[in-house]
Amino acid sequence: MNNSENLSAAPAEESVAEKPAGAFTRLGRRIKAFVLAIVHGSAVTKVSCLVMGTGQIARKQYVKGALYFLVEVLFILYMVFFGGTYLGHLFAGDLGTKVGADVWNEALGVYEYTSGDNSFLILLYAVVSLFVLLLFLAVWYMNMRCNIANDSTRNIAAKKPPQEYLEILASTKESGSSILLSSRAVSVQGGRVRLTLKGIPENGVLEIGKIPIPFGDIEPNVTRFGPLLVTSVESTEDGATVDLWRDENVYAPIYLPLEIYLRTAEGTPVAAAYMRECGSVPTFKKDAAELINKKFYVPLLVVPLLGLLVFTVMPLIFMILIAFTNYDYEHTPPGALFGWVGFSNFAKIFSIGSGGADFLLVFLRVLAWTFIWAIFATFTNYFFGMILALMINKKGIRFKMLWRTLFVIAIAVPQFVTLLLMQKILDGDGILNVILGTKILWLGDSSNWAIIPRITIIVVNMWIGIPYTILMCTGILMNIPSEMYEAAKLDGAGPFQIFRKIVLPYMLQVTAPYLITQFVGNINNFNVIWLLSGGGPVDNINYGAGSKAQATDLLVTWLYRLTTDVNPQYNLASVIGIVIFIISAALSLITFNRSKSNKNEEDYQ
Amino acid sequence: MENKVSMKEKLLGQKARNIYANTAIYIVLAVLGVLWILPIAYLLYTAFRVTPATGIILQLFPDDLELGFGNFGRLFSDTMFLRWMGNTILVAICSCALTTMFILMVSYAFSRMRFKMRKPLMNVMLVLGMFPGFMSMIAVYFILKAMGLTNSLLALILVYSGGAALSYYICKGFFDTLPRSLEEAAILDGASQWTVFWRITLPLSKPIIVYTVLTSFISPWCDFIFVNTIINDAEKYTVALGLYRLINAEKSSFSENFTVFCAGATIVGGLITALFLSMQKYYVEGVSSGAVK
Repeated sequence: MNNSENLSAAPAEESVAEKPAGAFTRLGRRIKAFVLAIVHGSAVTKVSCLVMGTGQIARKQYVKGALYFLVEVLFILYMVFFGGTYLGHLFAGDLGTKVGADVWNEALGVYEYTSGDNSFLILLYAVVSLFVLLLFLAVWYMNMRCNIANDSTRNIAAKKPPQEYLEILASTKESGSSILLSSRAVSVQGGRVRLTLKGIPENGVLEIGKIPIPFGDIEPNVTRFGPLLVTSVESTEDGATVDLWRDENVYAPIYLPLEIYLRTAEGTPVAAAYMRECGSVPTFKKDAAELINKKFYVPLLVVPLLGLLVFTVMPLIFMILIAFTNYDYEHTPPGALFGWVGFSNFAKIFSIGSGGADFLLVFLRVLAWTFIWAIFATFTNYFFGMILALMINKKGIRFKMLWRTLFVIAIAVPQFVTLLLMQKILDGDGILNVILGTKILWLGDSSNWAIIPRITIIVVNMWIGIPYTILMCTGILMNIPSEMYEAAKLDGAGPFQIFRKIVLPYMLQVTAPYLITQFVGNINNFNVIWLLSGGGPVDNINYGAGSKAQATDLLVTWLYRLTTDVNPQYNLASVIGIVIFIISAALSLITFNRSKSNKNEEDYQ
Repeated sequence: MENKVSMKEKLLGQKARNIYANTAIYIVLAVLGVLWILPIAYLLYTAFRVTPATGIILQLFPDDLELGFGNFGRLFSDTMFLRWMGNTILVAICSCALTTMFILMVSYAFSRMRFKMRKPLMNVMLVLGMFPGFMSMIAVYFILKAMGLTNSLLALILVYSGGAALSYYICKGFFDTLPRSLEEAAILDGASQWTVFWRITLPLSKPIIVYTVLTSFISPWCDFIFVNTIINDAEKYTVALGLYRLINAEKSSFSENFTVFCAGATIVGGLITALFLSMQKYYVEGVSSGAVK
C-alpha cells in the first residue's frame, strides 16, 4: 500500500517537491487505478460495465440508472441498424466495393441500373459513427465513475469496525477523535482531514490501518491508503495530529474504514480514531442541483460544444481523411468509388516532377505569395491605421467625430458589396480607367509576375482594413499616459521621435496578439482575393502544371478552386487544407499561450 | 528674466509649428477622407443612374445622363429582393440570438468556472477558430443533407450558430475583467452559479452583449459562400448571395445588372451602416478589448 511513486499526484497545496511525470505515465496510472477500482468493485459495478445503469438502479438511483440504460439501448440500436456497417467499412480499410452499373435482368429482359456503394457517404457516416462511438465511451466512463463512487460509500456502510476497537472508540468519542467523513467529501473531491488524538504516552506508537507510522519528520506523502495520503504526523503535548489528504486524482478503491490507533510503547491501545464514510449515494435531485451550481459548466458548455462537434469538428476530421484518399473528378460518387491511397497525395504535392507536374514548385509559389500578402496586408493596415488614428486624435484637431465616421462607413458597408464594387471600378472597362483615360488591367495584368494585380489588391485591402485599425487604436492610444508625451516634448522630441520611441513600442506590446490574429486572418483572407481578382489572372507557369493555381491565389482560394472546379480534386484540396491548418494552428497557439492575458488570467479580477 | 523671454519664444514657436502641423493633418485627412468616400459615392451615384453603366465607351457623366429610382423599381420587380431581405432578416435574428447565447454561456464557463478540461478545451477551440470554416463546407453540406435540411433557412441558422462557440475569446476577456467580489458575496449568501450568471454577470455585461449581438447580426448579411453551397433555390437566397449572383452569374465584366446591384447594395449597406453607426460605441469597446487581451 505504500506507493511512493505516486508522489506526483500530490495536491499542489502541499509544498512537496514534485517528481515530474509525463502525461502518458500519469494517464497510464489513472487507467490502472480505474481498472483496479472496477476489479475490486462490487458485483453490480461489474455488471454495470456491460449493462449500464444497473449499478445505479441497484442503489436506488432510478432516474440516473434509467438514463444510462436508455443511452446504451439507443447506442446499440444505432450501431446495429446504421452505424455498424459504416464502421465496418472504416476498419476493413475500404470505402465501398460495389460500383453502380447496368445489370442484365433475365426475367424482364432489360438492363437495370443497380446503385453501387457511395464512398463519400460511407466515409461521412463512418466518421459520424466514430464520433457516436467516442461519445458513448465517454458516457460509459461517466457511468463507471459513478459506480466506483457509489462503491466506496456502500462498502463502508457494510463493514463494521472490529469489536475490540469499538470499545476504544466508544471511550474516545467524547474527545472528538472519531471522525466521520461525508461521502461527498471523500469520494468526489479532494479534501483535507485533520485528526487529533489525545492521550498519547511517551514513546507511543501510532498506527494507521495497521501500519506503524513514525512521529515527527516522517517523509510526507509516502504513506498512502488507497487514495488517502498521510501528509504529516506531529506529536502534540498530549497526543498527535494526523493530516490526511484525499487525492482526487486516484480512483483506487478507498480502503476505508481506516482505523487509527495510538498505543503505548508496550502496545496497549490508548486512543483511536475510526474513519468511515457516512451518507448515502447522491439522489437524482442532488445531482441535478449540482448542475446549476458546482457543475454549471456542464449545461453551459454541452449545447455549444455539440454544435461545434457537428458543424466544425466532424467535417474537419472528414476533410482530413479525404487527404488520404483518391477522391477527385475521376473518382466521384455516385458512379465511381474512391479508396484509401495513403500518403500519395502528399507525395504528389511535395515531390518534384512527380506525374509530370511540378506541383511542389507551384505549391511553394502560392505559399510564398500567401506569406508576402499576409505580411503586407497586416502591416500596411496596422501602421497606416495607427498613424491616421494618431492624426485624428491629436490635440487641437477638430471634427474628430466627422473624420472617424468618414472612415468607419467603410467598415459598416458589407465587405462583399465594397469588394465587388471595387472589382467593377478596377475592371479593364471600369470607371477608373475611364477617368484616367488608361487601359490598365488593374486586376488582370499577368505580366511581370502579375505585379500590378498584387499591388492593387494590397492597396484595396488597405481601403478595407485601415478603418478597423483606426477604431481599435483609438481606444488604446488614449491609455498612453499624457505625461509621457509632455515629458518627451519638453525634452525637445519631435512628433516622429515621439511616435518611434513612445507610441510604437507601446502599441506593439499591447496589440501583439491582435497583430498575430490579423496575420493568420490574412493568410486565410478568402473574401478579398476571391471577390477582387478571383485568384487570377491565369498564370501559365502555375496553371499549366495541372495545379489550377492562379497568380494571386492564396492557399485558401487555391483550395476553393480545386473543390469547385469542373474537374474537382478534393484530395489535393484536403492536403492544402491540412497545411493551412498547421500554419494557422501553430501561429495562434504560440501567440495565445504566450500572451499576457492567458498567463495572468486571474490578475484582472 | 532672460529665461522667461526664451520660454515665451519657444512656446510661440511651438504654437506656430503646431499650426503648420495641424494644417498638414487637415489636408491629409481631407484627401484620405475623400478617397474613402469616393467609392461609396460612386455606389450611390450608380444606384440612381438610370442610364446603363455598360457599353463600349463607359462614361462617368454621359450626355444623356438620367437619374431616378428606376434601378430600385427593377430591383423590386425583376428580382426577388424583398424575399431575400425577409430571408436574411429571419436568419440574422435567429442566428444572432443563438450565437449570442452560445458565446455568453461558453465565455462564462471558461472565465468563472474551473474544471479539469478547461485549458485544453480553450486551446483546441482557439485553433479550430483559426480554421476557415468553408474548407469543410462540402462535408457540412452532406451532414445537412443527411439531416434533410439542405435548401432551408434552418440549415443556415444552424451553420452560422453551430461554430459560434469558437469566438468566445473577446467575451471571455471581458468577463475576466469583471470584479469578482460581487459574485463571491452572492455565493456566500447561498446563491448558485446559475443565479450569479443571470443576476450578476449578465446585467454587468451590456457592452459585450451588444457587441456580440451586433457582430453576429451583421455576419449573415455578408456571407455568400456558405449560402452558395447550402442553398440552390433562388427563393431562399439571402441578400448577399442574391446580389452576388446578380452580377456574377455571367462572367462578363459588365452586365446591365450592375446598376441594379448598386441599388440593392445601397439598401443593404444603408441598413447595416445605420445599425453600425448607432452602435459604434459598443463596437469600438469590443474591438479594442479583444485586441489588447
